[in-house]
Amino acid sequence: MHELSIAMGIVRIAEAEARKAGAGTVRRVEIRVGMLAGVELDALHFAWPMATRETLAEGAELDVEIIEGRARCLECNQEYSIEHLFDTCPHCHSPFKHILQGKELSVKALEVG
Amino acid sequence: MCGVCGCGEPDGKATITVPGQAPRPVSEEHHHHHHAHDHPHPHAHAHDHGRTVIEVEQDILHENALGAARNRGYFEGRGIVAINLVSSPGSGKTTLLEKTLAALKDKVPCYVIEGDQQTMNDANRIASLEVPVVQVNTGKGCHLESDMIYEAVRQLNPQPHAFLFIENVGNLVCPSLFDLGESRRVVIISVTEGEDKPAKYPDMFHSSHACIINKIDLLPYLNVDVEKIKAYAQQVNPNLQFFELSATTLEGFDAWLKWLETLIPQKA
Repeated sequence: MHELSIAMGIVRIAEAEARKAGAGTVRRVEIRVGMLAGVELDALHFAWPMATRETLAEGAELDVEIIEGRARCLECNQEYSIEHLFDTCPHCHSPFKHILQGKELSVKALEVG
Repeated sequence: MCGVCGCGEPDGKATITVPGQAPRPVSEEHHHHHHAHDHPHPHAHAHDHGRTVIEVEQDILHENALGAARNRGYFEGRGIVAINLVSSPGSGKTTLLEKTLAALKDKVPCYVIEGDQQTMNDANRIASLEVPVVQVNTGKGCHLESDMIYEAVRQLNPQPHAFLFIENVGNLVCPSLFDLGESRRVVIISVTEGEDKPAKYPDMFHSSHACIINKIDLLPYLNVDVEKIKAYAQQVNPNLQFFELSATTLEGFDAWLKWLETLIPQKA
């Protein structure tokens, strides 16, 4: 379950940023997760309380913004939305694509106080 | 808390072991999962100030990516070809590696990093071939991270113009997210695993450069179509290069070895 590693990575960033701001508690963490990022959100939410225990982010809310997958077909150059990495172009059925978005995995903002 | 498994026990840590020597932990400095609480928390005055929003915009895997970039630079600078071998447990990674080392080690220096949750078994198998090897035990951890490779490579101290084979933890999900700084990622699937595995676990196939279809000697006994495995994998990653082989009978092995040899940069 790499979601625990991910959750701890989020906590590490949140603690560092909170300290920089001189804040004692992290109340909320906003993250961005792409649908193609390979992260299971249920597992991430399950891991969150464990990862935050005894940190500045203990009890903090985890707010997830889900980014949908978009790709550009390398054959016909049209953009389309993808749910899975193996989805093919709906226009020309080519599997060759450039992924435009959906691989995101980042901390967007924190609420401290 | 232990970041490898969340257990709170120190023995959840990843360790690095050279066969015949005592294990040592992956350095805290480079493995950031453990939260020591000897630092002062600035609780004193923050509570009265209400809530503040801090814009962060930071990649969660940033530290792993930095470590991977450092490893990659080291490998490129020394002409080392690092191959990250990934697969489900039981696909034949270690046997494939043994046969590959036996064929290559007298031509090109070879080094091995073995990743497993527990035991020195794989490292001992490699050490018996007289190839330098370190074992990384991840405890309950399901994948290798770039800092573990950094520590293991320091231990191995490989000479330039060499192969470094990294046998990742047997797991087709988690290792796909963690760049180790490898030159090539090679996913191994055995013919007993089912034709649609690349569609079920697309991330690993999407992030790999090459795909070995192993255990083809078993095909007469199975109702499996190799072309279907390839079709599923190609749908996920049309750029994959395939090698169909048997690490037991060595059928199809030459193409894999030739491909590896093309990756070694020529000495200036």
